[in-house]
Amino acid sequence: MTDTQDNPETYSAAAEVGAVRKRRTRWERIRLALKKAPPTAWFGMIVVALYCFTAIFAPWLAPYGEAEIFLEPYAPWSAEHVFGTDQIGRDILSRMIYGARNTMGIALVTTFLAFLIGGGLGLIAAINRSWLDQFLSRAVDVLMAIPSLIFALMLLSIFGSTVMSLILIIAVLDSTRVFRLTRSVAVNVVVMDYVEAARLRGEGLVWIMRREILPNIMPPLVAEFGLRFCFVFLTIAALSFLGVGIQPPTADWGSMVRDNASLIQFAKYDLKAGLTPLLPAAAIALLTVAVNFIVDWFLHKTSGLRDDH
Amino acid sequence: MHPVLLTVLKRLGLGVVTLVIVSAIIFSSISLLPGDFGQAVLGQAATEETVAAFRKELGLDKPAVVRYFEWLGNVVQGDLGTSFSGRASSGQDRSRPVAELVAPRLWNTLFLAGVTAIIAVPLALILGLTAALYRNTLYDRVVNAVTLTTIATPEFFVAYILILLFASLWPVFPSLANVDASTPFWDRLYKVSLPAMTLTLVIMAHMMRMTRAAIINLLASPYIQMARLKGASQTEVILKHALPNAWAPIATVIAFNLAYLVVGVVVVEVVFVYPGIGQLMVDAVTTRDIPVVQACALIFAATYVILNLIADIIGIVTNPRLLHPR
Repeated sequence: MTDTQDNPETYSAAAEVGAVRKRRTRWERIRLALKKAPPTAWFGMIVVALYCFTAIFAPWLAPYGEAEIFLEPYAPWSAEHVFGTDQIGRDILSRMIYGARNTMGIALVTTFLAFLIGGGLGLIAAINRSWLDQFLSRAVDVLMAIPSLIFALMLLSIFGSTVMSLILIIAVLDSTRVFRLTRSVAVNVVVMDYVEAARLRGEGLVWIMRREILPNIMPPLVAEFGLRFCFVFLTIAALSFLGVGIQPPTADWGSMVRDNASLIQFAKYDLKAGLTPLLPAAAIALLTVAVNFIVDWFLHKTSGLRDDH
Repeated sequence: MHPVLLTVLKRLGLGVVTLVIVSAIIFSSISLLPGDFGQAVLGQAATEETVAAFRKELGLDKPAVVRYFEWLGNVVQGDLGTSFSGRASSGQDRSRPVAELVAPRLWNTLFLAGVTAIIAVPLALILGLTAALYRNTLYDRVVNAVTLTTIATPEFFVAYILILLFASLWPVFPSLANVDASTPFWDRLYKVSLPAMTLTLVIMAHMMRMTRAAIINLLASPYIQMARLKGASQTEVILKHALPNAWAPIATVIAFNLAYLVVGVVVVEVVFVYPGIGQLMVDAVTTRDIPVVQACALIFAATYVILNLIADIIGIVTNPRLLHPR
């Protein structure tokens, strides 16, 4: 296309019209978008990448094992134990590295499950629009009337604090929010003519959901995935901090804060010791801030859904 | 009947229905327990007769619907059942009524939430309003960045940073908020300063952002433009034109955040070992003391539902468009 335009001698209008418009490949588009990303988004992406790297390669990165116990509890920061040891003598740095894997892994699985349940039901409700939609919407209204942390606490007291019940309970509670969003954006797409056409041609429910509706509601759902992940992550951290979430000896940032909290009173004598319980808390905060930055940028790019003007 | 009254009544009815369904969900949770939990509560040494008597006392031999209405009737009269803890296989019953456990702690929690609300609400509204009026200035950007960071951080992180700064490095406030019924008012206020500060920071961020968004939305509407064009002064525009329409969103923002406060209080109470209802609930969850958990969940959920209801009703009542029906 450029060749013909650049050279006036050989330019032919017919050739330009006839030429196939070259589309940018997906890779090129991603690279262009990344080039224009603001520094906050870059910061977010780098942080998330680092966290993922740590989570995946935890066993190779950690100097000691997840539940390996050393002689000295509450050891100070040293070359041997970079961030010291905890109340029963486990290396804090190693537990933080394994904690990235456990905390993020569980939060990720929970978010996926919440989207599977909430998104699936939301799409079905949007397509169906009959008693099923009414029933699901009212059920979600009632579930959302109970604060989710309180509901989670109540359900955990009944089913016990295992990782499985933690994932299931939070996924079900969070799927209500996903349901609402999916339904409200999908309802606008379902009334489009092309969906009607697909239905008239006899396509099945799953096909319509996957090929006609899903691609058109993807941007808000992707942004919601990021925010949901943050929310789930914070909920699990809070529950673990309260002692009813992820149970020892599994390393996890929320319970690490709780276990080492008493060190904070020694900050006056040894600032490093006082900072130790803040490290896992800071790790949680940094990840949620980073994800928020990325989501902000993404929403800005795909536009339409920004909260301020 | 006036249409506004009708709408309000409808909303109230819906609120009552929600409350009833929520109570049914909370109640039915006890039915989800595995069958042998009587044994688990009373210990391995309990005889079969004690377990059977315990089950009978809980009314597990009656149909669930009957039990639900009995329970609801008792709750309305202030009887929340008897705690599981303190029961032993020996037959000696040292358990206490749940209402007795909950009442003083509920008062403590309300005190903490009240102090927080008195500080946070005006501060957040002023910050939100000024951020909206001086939009896109440095001030707005700084406030925005700070609040976004506070929202994204867990409550206990904020709490421990405050403890590190104000209780450990520069000890001006106590890090433990251990109050009891005999603590005098000013002492009590001093002791809850750090928990109240933490909660203020957390809910203020939400409230400020929502106020800002609501006001910006409002200032962009055509009738504000019209008022400006016809020469009204800035104060007149805000007081006479913007504010009447802003009450609804602002009331919603406040009530929503007070509802959020109800949840945030749980974590903060545990951090500062504050004897409130949130800590009671967490303790009950760890020991699986179901009647206490139910009572706490019911109180939290009811507060949440009622606050949201109030927000909706204020929104309806202050909506100028509904006050003058065509």
